[in-house]
Amino acid sequence: MAKRIGIEVSLAVAEAVKLADTDVIAAYPITPQTHIVEHLSELVADGSLDAAYIPVESEHSAMSSCLGSSAAGARTFTATSSQGLALMNEMIYIAPVLRTPIVLAIANRALSAPINIWNDHSDIMSVRDAGWICLFAENGQESLDLTLISFRVAEDPKVSLPVSLNLDGFTLSHFIEPIEIPDKETVDKFLPPFVPCFKLDIKAPMSLGLLGGPEYYTESRKATDDALLASKTVIKKAFAEFNDVFGRQYNVVESYQAKDAETIVLAMGSISETAMTAVDELRAQGKKVGIVRLRLWRPLPIEEIVEAVGHAKNLAVIDRHLVLGAPYGPVGLEMMSVFYSASQKPNISNFVLGLGGRDVTRDDFKYIFDRAAAQQGQTRYEIVGVLE
Amino acid sequence: MKKPIDALVKVGDLPLGLCGAPGSTVAFKTGDWRSVRPVLDKEKCIYCGFCYYYCPDGVYQDMAPEKYYKADLDYCKGCGICAHECPKKAITMTLEEV
Ligand code: SF4
Ligand code: SF4
Repeated sequence: MAKRIGIEVSLAVAEAVKLADTDVIAAYPITPQTHIVEHLSELVADGSLDAAYIPVESEHSAMSSCLGSSAAGARTFTATSSQGLALMNEMIYIAPVLRTPIVLAIANRALSAPINIWNDHSDIMSVRDAGWICLFAENGQESLDLTLISFRVAEDPKVSLPVSLNLDGFTLSHFIEPIEIPDKETVDKFLPPFVPCFKLDIKAPMSLGLLGGPEYYTESRKATDDALLASKTVIKKAFAEFNDVFGRQYNVVESYQAKDAETIVLAMGSISETAMTAVDELRAQGKKVGIVRLRLWRPLPIEEIVEAVGHAKNLAVIDRHLVLGAPYGPVGLEMMSVFYSASQKPNISNFVLGLGGRDVTRDDFKYIFDRAAAQQGQTRYEIVGVLE
Repeated sequence: MKKPIDALVKVGDLPLGLCGAPGSTVAFKTGDWRSVRPVLDKEKCIYCGFCYYYCPDGVYQDMAPEKYYKADLDYCKGCGICAHECPKKAITMTLEEV
């Protein structure tokens, strides 16, 4: 039987990795992700998870090991944050093209400098173009559920791609929440054993990671993009089947009070819960406001986004990362490009906040709702709460 | 759209993960990257094997009965390390004429 307990979100993610019968975990500890792999190393050490735990000497080696173990047909998991993801960068770009299913939990944390261990989305945005499926969790239950879903999607033969599961550092990773831990039989119903599309096998040798000169490179990258775009259908199907088994429905794009909203805030990750509270308070004052949250960031679910926000008068796009030297943040830029050629489009503005762990409050969202409705034709991002 | 002349495989025809038959580098002859080639003066060669061990591409073959080493020009990239390391200056890097 599933049991609902109070548990730190990091440990719940580790429990999901255990319930998934993961074969290989190769990881290096880094705050705020450490509790995930620390708990996994305990589970392997005490025999409750029959997996190889590779305590590598760096994140560069962690992702290299993951590439190898996935290519050898093992269900593979790792986790990191910030500088750790930066150190993985070289291999991060290789995994999608080699079509190696790997699940990577990222407890999102700001990139240095200055050194900062707190939450924002600069780490994942630094590898957003690499070809990984990127999911964003909002709360603890979702972090556990999306871990199971990530394995299912990554290993689907129609996908065969790595998946990054983003959960906000500290705000999620270190909070104790009431979370339903499913039982093994139910997980098994949803998540079949990993059957790789190809595997490194000494009995039938093959080469993986070949040179691709000018004659192959363009086609190889395009083939990976095609696979990533096609994964959306499989992700939606996995969400539906997860609901059939566990009774919790997830969507690639979530809406809250957005259907009749004149002004919509679009956000990713855990701050949307704060934003929902702000919406409740503004709705009580009769203001037509709503929230749209992207659970899926890569591949960008364009049709679902247009459906969720296309009718709004004003769209305020939240970024937790500053793109230095550019007019807008990464999510802001993408929303502008999604609507660029649309005949009817919202008045889009871009707000950057919550960098390096700066608190984001209901009042910030109230300000954003007012500001987004009051201004037209914003030409550059606005940082909410910067002292200058 | 016209097919780009140097594309060899269509997007949809690439194998998943770009995996291939083992040993595929054998078919990939890199010798034409070379601008200078090693030319051996057999008279000076003392069959010490430095060229064989130092060549970063491992292209030297041991010609045991004749007591010298022969560079496989299908793969030699012309780096000149063998010529530099040869204690008898038996190897001369010579410009490739096209
Ligand atoms: S030139 Fe370089 S690659 Fe060619 S045989 Fe000598 S050492 Fe090897
Ligand atoms: S290094 Fe020079 S002397 Fe030695 S085997 Fe090679 S060519 Fe001959």
